[in-house]
Amino acid sequence: MAMLNMAKALNLALREALAENDKAIILGQDVGYDEGVFRITEGLLKQFGEERVVDFPVAESAIIGLAIGLCVTGYTPICEMQFSGFGYHGFHQIESHATRLRNRTRGRFTCPMVIRMPYGGGIRAIEHHSESRETIWAHLPGMKVVIPSGPRNARALLRASIQDPDPVMFYEPKASYRAFREEVPDEPETMEIGKAQVVREGNDVTIISYGASMRPVLEAAEELEEDHGIDAELIDLLSLVPLDRDTINASVRKTGRCVVVHEAPKHIGPAAEVVAGIVEDSLLYLEAPIERVTGYDLVLPFFNSELPFMPDVRKVISATQKVLSF
Amino acid sequence: MPRKKITLENTIDSLSILDEKGKVDKKLEPKLSKDDLLKLFRAMTLARRYDERMLKLQRQGRIGTYGPALGQEAASLGPAFAIDESDWYVPSFREPAGMLYRGWPMARLMLWWGGNEIGATPLPKMNDMPISVPVASQIQYGAGIAWGLKLDGGDRVAVAFVGDGGTSEGDFHEGLNCAAAFGLPLVVVIQNNHWAISLPRHKQSASKTLAQKAIAYGIDGIQTDGNDILAMVEATREAVAKARKGGGPTLIEAVTYRMGVHTTADDPTKYRKDEEVEPWKPKDPLVRFWKYISDKGVLDEAGREQMEKEVTAQISEAVEASESYEPNLMEPFDHCFAERTPALEQQRAQFEAYLNGNGNGKASGSAPVSHSAVH
Repeated sequence: MAMLNMAKALNLALREALAENDKAIILGQDVGYDEGVFRITEGLLKQFGEERVVDFPVAESAIIGLAIGLCVTGYTPICEMQFSGFGYHGFHQIESHATRLRNRTRGRFTCPMVIRMPYGGGIRAIEHHSESRETIWAHLPGMKVVIPSGPRNARALLRASIQDPDPVMFYEPKASYRAFREEVPDEPETMEIGKAQVVREGNDVTIISYGASMRPVLEAAEELEEDHGIDAELIDLLSLVPLDRDTINASVRKTGRCVVVHEAPKHIGPAAEVVAGIVEDSLLYLEAPIERVTGYDLVLPFFNSELPFMPDVRKVISATQKVLSF
Repeated sequence: MPRKKITLENTIDSLSILDEKGKVDKKLEPKLSKDDLLKLFRAMTLARRYDERMLKLQRQGRIGTYGPALGQEAASLGPAFAIDESDWYVPSFREPAGMLYRGWPMARLMLWWGGNEIGATPLPKMNDMPISVPVASQIQYGAGIAWGLKLDGGDRVAVAFVGDGGTSEGDFHEGLNCAAAFGLPLVVVIQNNHWAISLPRHKQSASKTLAQKAIAYGIDGIQTDGNDILAMVEATREAVAKARKGGGPTLIEAVTYRMGVHTTADDPTKYRKDEEVEPWKPKDPLVRFWKYISDKGVLDEAGREQMEKEVTAQISEAVEASESYEPNLMEPFDHCFAERTPALEQQRAQFEAYLNGNGNGKASGSAPVSHSAVH
């Protein structure tokens, strides 16, 4: 066991992937000699060489497009978009080919690629470096969307994503890269994609979130218990596609009350899908309307004023109290 | 600091071997056996008749919209002929001549235009990508395939196609720029047919030639007479030989002309004068190739008639095979991911119930009726 932060845990998963799979290639801007702007690829070029860790020209569409060709010829590309805000250049290749090639060719060609991109606010970065646009990717048929929340699940899920036979959007909460350390097992742990985790058991209310928002949610749960005697159950979704409705249903049927939290804008956001699923499957178990704590339907303000626009402990507590007082 | 001139190597070759009268430049004439010439002529004839038949099928409502390749057969066939089976062929959507030559079952191409994914599925051993619809996007994965081939360490190459309109796309630039920067074994053929639906070539780009775009990428570019099968074979052979030796990509601009509609969904009389089309008629690639091989004594009129009969029979057979194909409506649920997600499992069950309940669909999991017929 080593105590690692998420950045180091992701680095470990990448190192393991390159060592285990000689067809795995990391490609992205500044991932080689610079070791990535967030240092996620630290030491990898040195260990595996320029053929396996490729400093790519500044062309996100080409990173995805060429990765598709690599997949067709039997390679396992692991693409890094420097920031999710620049990933939209790659959208066309993702939507037009990466997510469709399996279907188009009836399984003859597939795209077992991972696209890593750091998302989310709270790091005082300039415009285009702070948004949460997972909804866009989760809406594409043929694309899996995995969002870790801590070092241990980041490592295990990245390993699983690289081994997955289909394209995976691996959305990394950059505010959590170095926020805390956690024990990460020495053995190469892999988690199944599509399974949510109950990270805190409780009976009064279910709070569902993922990624960077798990931190205020965890903090809120402690405070709810200590200050208000509310026993919240917390679910970390870990992936939006597939979405683990079984775990959500089991919890909501137990508590009868639910709050869904994410940084992404509210309108047609992941919480809407979660709530729709609960309504379809477990409506009669509900004892109160469900609350959503999300980003507003706005461009996230420049960093000097971004924080009040993001989910925080106070918003989660207030939404939970509202759900409980119905 | 002085202001200096940076000298660039800024000429590109223009290659024409067989003129429109069927006269050949003996010095440039590529080595092709009688068998090769017959193979090429049959392939070009087949593509022409296929094209004509497809237009009829479209008018009869038996396929969907069709994008004909009339007059452009040489531009896609020459490169297909000049590469090996183990190389990769990455088409856009106006390369039926090359695709048929590479071994795509004609029925599958018909099924593609008839709205069936089986038409985008190459046979198991073919190193061929399917038709690509989003303009120029295929240049990117073509470069990626070339990258994979380079990493494999062999001497295989990829040939990818794009139109003159596609050269304005970012994907064209990014794909070529990266292929050049990485020294990938990629040949990009621009089928410059002078029209991108309604936009003429001169409004597409201020570049004097499209081949000269190669200069900016630091690779070789060549302009060829795209209606000259010999020039297309020769230019591709040169580019491929260089790529096999690690010489990197080449850009070939095949100057041809879109004799017909962009697709059957448009009406060129709205934007193009008939007079513009006239001078291209004598430049027809099939007509001049026929002159060439008949002058050479490779094929006589009787032989050609026999060939035409065989081609017609082959096409009729493909029409029949394609029209006896029934899609399996449950199949899309099997090809979204390697394994169905719980959501897709649920939606599949709902769809199956819908099909069965209404009695107008296939029974659950029914096998495609006539897969074998389209091989």
